Formats: sequence, structure tokens, C-alpha cells
Amino acid sequence: MMVEDASTGAKIWNNSLYIFLGLLAASCILPVIHVLAVSFSSKAASAANLVRFTPVGFHTRAYQKVLTSPLFIRSFGISVLRVLVGTAVNMFMVSITSYPLSKEPGEFKGRLFFVWLIFFPMLFTGGLIPTYLQVRNLGLIDSFWSLILPTAVPMFSIIIMMNFFRGIPKSLSEAAYIEGAGHLTVLRSVYLPISTAAIATLTLFAVVGHWNEWFQGFIYINDTERWPLQTYLRQMLLPTTLQNLTLEDLDTMQYLSDKNFKAAQIFIAMIPILLFYPFLQRYFIAGLTLGSVKE
Amino acid sequence: MLLRCHRSVGQAGIRLKKLKNYMTGNYPLYLMMIPALVLLVLFNYVPMYGIIIAFQDYMPLYGFSGSPWVGLRWFSYLLDMPDALQVIVNTVIIAIGKILFSTAASILFALLLNELRGKKFKKIVQTAVYLPHFFSWVIIGGIFVDLLSLNGIINQFLQWIGLQKPVFFLGSNRYFRGTMIGLEIWKSFGWGAIIYLAAIANISPNLYESAAIDGAGRLRQAVSITLPSILPTIILLATLSLGNVLNAGFEQIFVMYNEVVYETGDIIDTFVYRIGLENAQFSLSTAVGLFKSVVSFVLITGSYLFAYKRANYRIF
Repeated sequence: MMVEDASTGAKIWNNSLYIFLGLLAASCILPVIHVLAVSFSSKAASAANLVRFTPVGFHTRAYQKVLTSPLFIRSFGISVLRVLVGTAVNMFMVSITSYPLSKEPGEFKGRLFFVWLIFFPMLFTGGLIPTYLQVRNLGLIDSFWSLILPTAVPMFSIIIMMNFFRGIPKSLSEAAYIEGAGHLTVLRSVYLPISTAAIATLTLFAVVGHWNEWFQGFIYINDTERWPLQTYLRQMLLPTTLQNLTLEDLDTMQYLSDKNFKAAQIFIAMIPILLFYPFLQRYFIAGLTLGSVKE
Repeated sequence: MLLRCHRSVGQAGIRLKKLKNYMTGNYPLYLMMIPALVLLVLFNYVPMYGIIIAFQDYMPLYGFSGSPWVGLRWFSYLLDMPDALQVIVNTVIIAIGKILFSTAASILFALLLNELRGKKFKKIVQTAVYLPHFFSWVIIGGIFVDLLSLNGIINQFLQWIGLQKPVFFLGSNRYFRGTMIGLEIWKSFGWGAIIYLAAIANISPNLYESAAIDGAGRLRQAVSITLPSILPTIILLATLSLGNVLNAGFEQIFVMYNEVVYETGDIIDTFVYRIGLENAQFSLSTAVGLFKSVVSFVLITGSYLFAYKRANYRIF
């Protein structure tokens, strides 16, 4: 009797566990499926909130419209360019800065001072307005470089990479020094080749960061034609503050503001993430333990 | 030995020579630091200096150093502003709500996932719940502004299960904070659980075996073995999250709030943005920002020091 009771209890517990976790998983996927369904539905059906998880009145017109919308195409292109340039700059900074910081204080005098110089801005910032004014003083308003330079030095990634480099056996670099190699050569042909896993992870951090970032474009760039995709979407999908827009802009947005069109744009903006999701997941999880200090 | 041979040259000369030798071999290390230092000075350290405009009446023409000084005028102005206190209250409530409930949700999820025996199903669940972590708040906001609207799919569902009136999640002061906290949990509970899952994976299986022999059920094992084993991780992360008490999540609030919910949803960062960049009151806005920077600095350093002392936590 007792045994039977326990096993039915366990069964109920097991099944409810499966159902509950299944629902949680569904709650994270269904919004994406809903967006996909709306994007393929007719304008009328999506406007009347009739669409749930399958398209109603199947249409690809929203996508045709997105792909012929000059603002969308242009901002998509700017975002792709930003990811390429921004990631390259970030990773250059990560490798060239982490290397000296990973040396022993005897070899790189003043190491701790430099580490703190890199680390301190993570603890204390000038805040929004002084940073904005400095970008403006440097003449970067409306420039593509306002999306790259203010965050060109990824402090967090540098600390992670520094800790990773410190784990590389000294004998490897010493062997290279004896053969007459300089620091740049050692970085290029000893450190970087054996750090590919860490570099891949930090590169993906930079890629996703640049793809998703919208606020810099929002405050530093007034010209809508120079916005990256996420900044364009911010204004397109969520127009709560319309002060920066001209009446003409407002008109276009009103005209464009049908739901299936919005959904199609959201979905297209998600595609790069979804496409690389298996890599992203693996490397981002690896990144969680990458920078830990080894005793 | 070397030192003794050169003693005649004089101590200072030796030091200089040593330094010269050292620099010829290692000067590239300093050159390598230059690009990052130049950029950090331009975009981080000069803005820190720019904080002085909180004590000035900033005029763009005169820049950071030439504007007239006004002492603490902006700070006393803020003390008289009824909005300012409300904004701080909103920030702390939303931020603490997010920290508490997100942490609890992640721990609970990790514990439940650990109970799951089917490996494949476990993998599917993990893949699904990590996904929202990778989307920007613009994308998530764009989706949920629609889902949470009066006729949106979530209100349709609530009506189907018997609710009479639709809930105005984003347009009423009653629900706005809760909605923000709820969405944050949705976005981060899965990702936040990874670190607890890793801690659970490190628990010795022997503990569970002996507990099972003693007749402990699965609930008992979770409470008496799993939870205490991951407690150090929980305490460490909770300590480090103290630094976020004034971070209510600017991007999320900024993309989803509106004038109707300023009373409960306006936070320090959105306030700074509005008075600074929309109303161009640079000095006043910088004063508010400085308040946040200083308090956050104290909290972050304090929590790191605590974690360093108690858990030997080290960043570098």
C-alpha cells in the first residue's frame, strides 16, 4: 500500500514538474511565435488582435513592405557595419591591453596602477550628461563614430582576458623571448592562438552588444537616416517621446504603424540572434566562468 | 655580484642603467596601453571631470571649466523638488523588487530543473528559457507593449480564465512597477539560473545517496542538501547585487513608460535623461546623476569589499 502511494505521489509530482517547466519554456518561445504569426497575417486581422500563434489571412505583404522601406534597409546596413567595425575595434583593444596587464609587476612596472585605471570607470562614471557633452565637444554628434568610440574599450572583457592570459604558462612566452621575439610577436603568435575559445566568447559578447545597443544612436545621432536598426525600431515601435521628430517623420510613422509591418520588422531584427543562437548560447555560458581568478 | 662590480659607478647610475635596460626590453608593454588609455581619458575620465558642472551654471559656450560657479544651488533646488524624492523611491522599489524576485525565481527554477530526469527535455527547456536574455529591451518592449495592451493577447487570456475587467499593465500606476519587475523576471530567470545550476552540479552525489538511505524524499533532499550547498553562491551573488540598488533598469523603463505612469515608474535614470537631454538643464541633470554615481560607488565598493573579505571573491 505504502509503496504504491509513494509511487503515485511521485508520478503526480513528476508530471506536474514536466508540465510546469514546459509552460515556462513555452512562455519564453511563444512571444517570438506570436510575432512571427502577426507578421504573416493580414493587416486587418492583426489590427483586430485576432492573431495568436498561427497567421490569420496569410500574407507576405508586410515583408515586401519592410524590404522596400529605405529607412529600415539603411538602418539594417548601419547596424551590420557597426557590428563589424565596433567588434573589430573592441577586440583590438581587448588583446592589446590585456597583454601588458597580464604580466608580472616585475616585468610591467606599475601594473596595478594601470589595472585600476582600466577598472575604475566600471565603479564610477561621469554620468549621462557629462559624457554626452564630451561626445558633443569632440564633434561626434551625427557621426558613425559616436556609436564606436565611446564604448571602444570594453573594460569588463579586458579584465576577463587579462585573467585568461595570466593562466597561460610562463614557459611558453619565455621560450619565445629566448629566440628573440618581442612582445608583439609573443602576443600574436603565442598568446592569441591558444586563447581562441576566450576570444570567440568575448567577440560574441561584442557582436551581441553592438547589435542590441540603441541608446547611443538615440542620443548622439539626430539624423534619422544615420540610425542603427535598434534605434530606428525604438522610435518606430515605441514612440512615447516625439520631440525630436518633424511632422513629416510623424506622418510617415503613422502611415507605417500597422501591426503586421511592425511585427515583420521585429522578427527581421531577431533573425541574426536566432540564426546564431546555438553558438551564442554555448559561448555565452562559457563566458560566465571564463574570467574567474585561478589561484 | 653584478651590483658589487659596478659600485664605483655610483648607486644612481646603476639604477638609471637598470631602468634603461628594462625600458628597452619592455617599453612595448607601455605602448600597448596607449590606445585604451587615450580612449578612456577621452570618454570616461574627462566626463568624470565634467561632473564639476553640477556645481556650475553650465553654458555650452564656456565648456566644463569656464562656466560660473553656483555652489550647491542645484542640490538645494532638488531638495525642494517633490518629484526628486518620488523618483528615488520609485528607483529603489523597482530595483529591490527586481533583485529579490529575479534571484528567487532563478534559484527556484534551478532547483526544479535539477529534479528533472529526462535529459533531452531538460536541454529543450534550458534552450528556451535562455532566449529572452539575448534580445534587446527595444525588441522585448516592442513585443510586450502589444501583448500587454487592453485588447492584447494577455488580457484576452485573463478574460478567458474569468477576469471581468482588462488590466492596463503599462498605463496604470497600480500595475506599472509590478509589470516592470515581472518582465525583468521573464527576461532573466533562465539565464540567472545557470550559475546556480553550476553550483548544484558540484555537489557530491554521495550526500544524496546517504540521504536516500536515511529515507529522505526528494523535497527533503532539496531543502536539506541542495539549498544549503548552494547557499554560499546565493549569498555571494546577493551581496554583489547590492550595488544595483539604484539601477532599476533604464533601458526597460525608458522604452515602456509614458507620462501617465511617471508617478510610479519614473526612475533616476529616466529623470536625468528628461531634464538633461529633453529640457537641456545640463547642470541640474548632472547633479542628479552625481548623486546616483556616488551612492552606487559606495554600494558597489562596499559589496565587493564584503565579498572579498568573506568569500575571497576576486576580480583581478
